[in-house]
Amino acid sequence: MLEGLLIGLSAAITPFNLIMVVMGCVIGTFIGMLPGLGPMSIIAIMIPVAIGIGDPTAALILLSGVYYGAIFGGSTSSILLNAPGVAGTVATSFDGYPMARKGQAGKALTIAAIASFAGGTIGAILLMIFAPALSSVALLFHSAEYFALMVVGLSAIAAFSGTGQVAKAAMMTILGLILGTFGEGALSNTPRFTFGLMELQSGFSFITLAMAMFALPEALFLVMNPARAATGSGSSGKITGMRITRAEARSITPVIGRQSVQGFFIGVLPGAGATIASFLGYAVERNIAKGAEQAEFGKGSVKGLAAPESANNAACTGSFVPLLTLGIPGSGTTAILLGALLALNVTPGPRLMVDTPEVFWAVIISMYIGNLVLLVLNLPLIPYIARILTIPRSFLIPFILFFTLMGSYLGQNNATELLILVGFGVIATILRFADYPLAPLLIGFILGTMMENNFARAMQLYRGPSFILERPMTLALLVLAVLLVLLPSWRAYRARRRAEGVADGD
Amino acid sequence: MALDRWIALVFVAFCCVYGYAAFFTMDDLLPPILRRNPVWPSTFPKILSVLGIIVGLIILFTAKPKPQDDEGTDGAIDIRRLGDYHVGQAVGLLFLMVAYALTLRPLGFVGSTIGFLLIGSIILGERRFHILIPVAAIAAGSIWYLVQEVLGIFLRPWPALLM
Repeated sequence: MLEGLLIGLSAAITPFNLIMVVMGCVIGTFIGMLPGLGPMSIIAIMIPVAIGIGDPTAALILLSGVYYGAIFGGSTSSILLNAPGVAGTVATSFDGYPMARKGQAGKALTIAAIASFAGGTIGAILLMIFAPALSSVALLFHSAEYFALMVVGLSAIAAFSGTGQVAKAAMMTILGLILGTFGEGALSNTPRFTFGLMELQSGFSFITLAMAMFALPEALFLVMNPARAATGSGSSGKITGMRITRAEARSITPVIGRQSVQGFFIGVLPGAGATIASFLGYAVERNIAKGAEQAEFGKGSVKGLAAPESANNAACTGSFVPLLTLGIPGSGTTAILLGALLALNVTPGPRLMVDTPEVFWAVIISMYIGNLVLLVLNLPLIPYIARILTIPRSFLIPFILFFTLMGSYLGQNNATELLILVGFGVIATILRFADYPLAPLLIGFILGTMMENNFARAMQLYRGPSFILERPMTLALLVLAVLLVLLPSWRAYRARRRAEGVADGD
Repeated sequence: MALDRWIALVFVAFCCVYGYAAFFTMDDLLPPILRRNPVWPSTFPKILSVLGIIVGLIILFTAKPKPQDDEGTDGAIDIRRLGDYHVGQAVGLLFLMVAYALTLRPLGFVGSTIGFLLIGSIILGERRFHILIPVAAIAAGSIWYLVQEVLGIFLRPWPALLM
């Protein structure tokens, strides 16, 4: 591990890569503060830039910096304006905003910065310990297991998507997989579902799809409902009193420790991610707290602010584990990162540590550096950062839309791509209206090709689907996948029946 | 019928068309040598179409969980009150994006981008042209410079007629 760390250090601490970390954190923080633009949209917008850089290490460092910055930036708007920029920071606003209203905005932002720093750093240490172990196990996997593992990943995403949402998430995953089959498949180079159109020959571009699924609907929602942005009001002007007392520091330290570890492990699970980690972290700490401290939750508790902040940052790091070791993204954001890596000719997975250790370790090292940069950058800049929230929406939204268009155009250098973007954007907006989750669609789309390739390879090796029965690991994983989907559905069905029974009894 | 069920219905129809193509038309072009393979290009789409129809039908026919009546503090959009929102502006911006796609080549990057940013802001009610025009021009110029000169991706700046 020490050798790896040294490789990582030498790759990450080049002036260019350091600039990339700083740039990523700054861009992420600033854009992450804009309500509605989550890490997924920002990373999608930044992908053409990352691909333009050409060097996968630098590109991944930039994108990880953006990811961290965006999560932190989201906390800033949660605390100052009660307008969470990212779903993962909604829990931050529960106590952060009341603190800001009590005139403790500076203190709240300081606690958020420190908790994020600690969460991210502890997460990076855990990643360093767990990723190599997991990837050495993953090296034993064959195509059949990979296929089964991807099925498990996709079903987990559907299963963890919440009550009443399992079928919808499954439907979106299947739609993503279907969209992934358009264009020339790697299997036989036969064009499929192209309708004779040249533009569809290479399939849909994942950047276009990512923009259409996340950035465009958010921007349209901001247009339709100005209350969503809530810019121009609030306490952005005066931020004073950034100091935290010794007693407060003592009370939040165990919270940060606990939630960093818990958040990391939640982040590792596919489909869970920062949002669940932050809510769960908040809930756990509220339950643990006693008496007066518990009553304080929701009214400006420092513990209630530190818990989701450290959990969501640790979860962000945790979500890199399946991406870097198995090549399977656990969240929409890491799915976009996976797409970017593939475009840069790097295939994440167990071979990553063997073939390109410098990429693997440089990312981990840059996570430390990124966390440090975020802390150093944000503490003194907090009062200035808040000013960006006062940009009027009539200026902001055309720019968001323009960057969405540019991101999609630069990927393919093709104006037809923009029409596809608008088309998918409209569909995504309608799906959002009906409460369909969109991240599973993108994960399905990105995993689809890989899944089909592994499936085809296993089928060819075993001359048919007998690999499912002949490889016990594959069978076990597929059974797990079926259970993951069926159990929550069964429980939801039981709960519904019970509720109906109660209603009938009245 | 609620919107999510309509979407499920459309999805089932889409899967039927997709499945029809996978089951009946796609393999016509397959060379005989590939027919000996245990897996064809249509195998995966066939599985997906069947799964898609099953999941779509489940959504279509299972009872919907009770809607949560939480008032959207985060500015969530309620489809039942669609008329209260600025739908016109959103549709206008969508048309503007289509227009941008169609004019990007003929008008050149700089012209079409300035136009996009200006008209976009006007649609959203901005009338301070003395700020709007310089902001749009500086943004278009600097992004063209960044993309073409720094990143090395070709973007035609001026109309095709001039170049």
